[in-house]
Amino acid sequence: MEQDILLEINQLHKNYDDRTVLNGVNLKVHKGEVVVILGPSGCGKSTLLRCINGLEPIQSGDISLDGQSISAAGTDWHLVRQKIGMVFQSYDLFPHMTILENILLGPLKVQKRSQEEATRQAEALLERIGLLDRKDAFPRQLSGGQKQRVAIVRALCMNPEVMLFDEVTAALDPEMVREVLDVMLGLAKQGMTMVIVTHEMGFAKAVADKVVFIDEGKIVEESDAELFFTDPKTDRAKQFLNIFNFNEEKG
Amino acid sequence: MDFGFIIQSLPLYWKAAQLTLTISVWAIGLSLLLGFFCSLILYFQVPVLSLIVKIYIEISRNTPSLIQLFFLYYGLTQIGLKLEAELCAVAGLTFLGGSYMAEAFRSGLEAVGKTQIESGLSIGLSRSQLVRYVIFPQAFSVSMPALEANAIFLIKETSIVSAVALPDLMFIAKDLIGMYYSTKEALTLLVLFYLILLLPVSLLLTALERKVRYGQFGN
Repeated sequence: MEQDILLEINQLHKNYDDRTVLNGVNLKVHKGEVVVILGPSGCGKSTLLRCINGLEPIQSGDISLDGQSISAAGTDWHLVRQKIGMVFQSYDLFPHMTILENILLGPLKVQKRSQEEATRQAEALLERIGLLDRKDAFPRQLSGGQKQRVAIVRALCMNPEVMLFDEVTAALDPEMVREVLDVMLGLAKQGMTMVIVTHEMGFAKAVADKVVFIDEGKIVEESDAELFFTDPKTDRAKQFLNIFNFNEEKG
Repeated sequence: MDFGFIIQSLPLYWKAAQLTLTISVWAIGLSLLLGFFCSLILYFQVPVLSLIVKIYIEISRNTPSLIQLFFLYYGLTQIGLKLEAELCAVAGLTFLGGSYMAEAFRSGLEAVGKTQIESGLSIGLSRSQLVRYVIFPQAFSVSMPALEANAIFLIKETSIVSAVALPDLMFIAKDLIGMYYSTKEALTLLVLFYLILLLPVSLLLTALERKVRYGQFGN
């Protein structure tokens, strides 16, 4: 099992000025594993993802991908980010490009793949999420859910080794949440390695292999998904999960 | 209205319009170039240079354009630097337009959100690719209306070059009024010729704007 570790984080510390955001985080993500990160707002979940992708500099600790450190000085992020797909809460498609152009920018300009081959893959992916007929539309012509699905495809088309999802449904209407989550479930079934930050508890339960519960910059509990939701070990996790239960009803 | 006089004066106006247009084209082109580089210096916060650019913009925007032109034409002569009137006109208008163009470009660059930049980085774009494929096209779409307004403004502003004895449209009109007292005809022709110059430019720019901005903003 040890050689299957794709992403490994050791003693990660991250501060903004004098405020500690991540305080010694250790995490192992195996190939094909779906890790869901839960925790209250401001606990450092999103920051953790952003550190993995090099969008935030870290103060100390080590992050390695495929056994190679990606937190050392002189890391070629241009190369590393091709292996790490990231999807953001606010989709962030490029508004001046069509859907297809959005998806192809990375494969063509960063990976220098052939137009023909990259287009074939992009169209196949669009077909899978049911948006092939919108390939020449602009992002402003799509709904939030559609945009977010395209954003997922844009990251996928780079053939990353791991996908990071940062609260990707938080900005969506409830009706559109499902279509995005379904795409992610599909990916998980295909064996994609995923690290997901979410507030959708039902989805977390359905998709996760492992749940990591973070509070105040530290991993408070890390366990098998089934176990975490049915029998959380720490009081803090119990308290957190209780927020999502309504025991009292209107009299 | 003396139509005979109007017809007789047409070739004079035509020639003057060509000068106005030539000065405009040079001034707009150089202003865009100057403004573009100034905006980059501001956007990337280049040390020292950005302070110089800020000072330049404040001077350029807070002094009358006529005074700027006089400064170049008469002022520099005092320290032994004699510039051609045409060169002065283009330099003066570029000094004026550069700051306006810089602000227009800068507002566009700053309108590109941080999340757009992160999203570009996350697919592995290098810094220069990010600037080229993500930041510039979006910034340009946003800046476009302001750039157009500045271009039109500069064409109109060329009328000040008559003050340094360049025979542009304004100069010809003043000349004819001075020589023949034909105020009505001369001014009517003046307005007409500016319209003939500016209307097509306006329409062309609007069409260009629609094309450039379609993707991002629709119609």
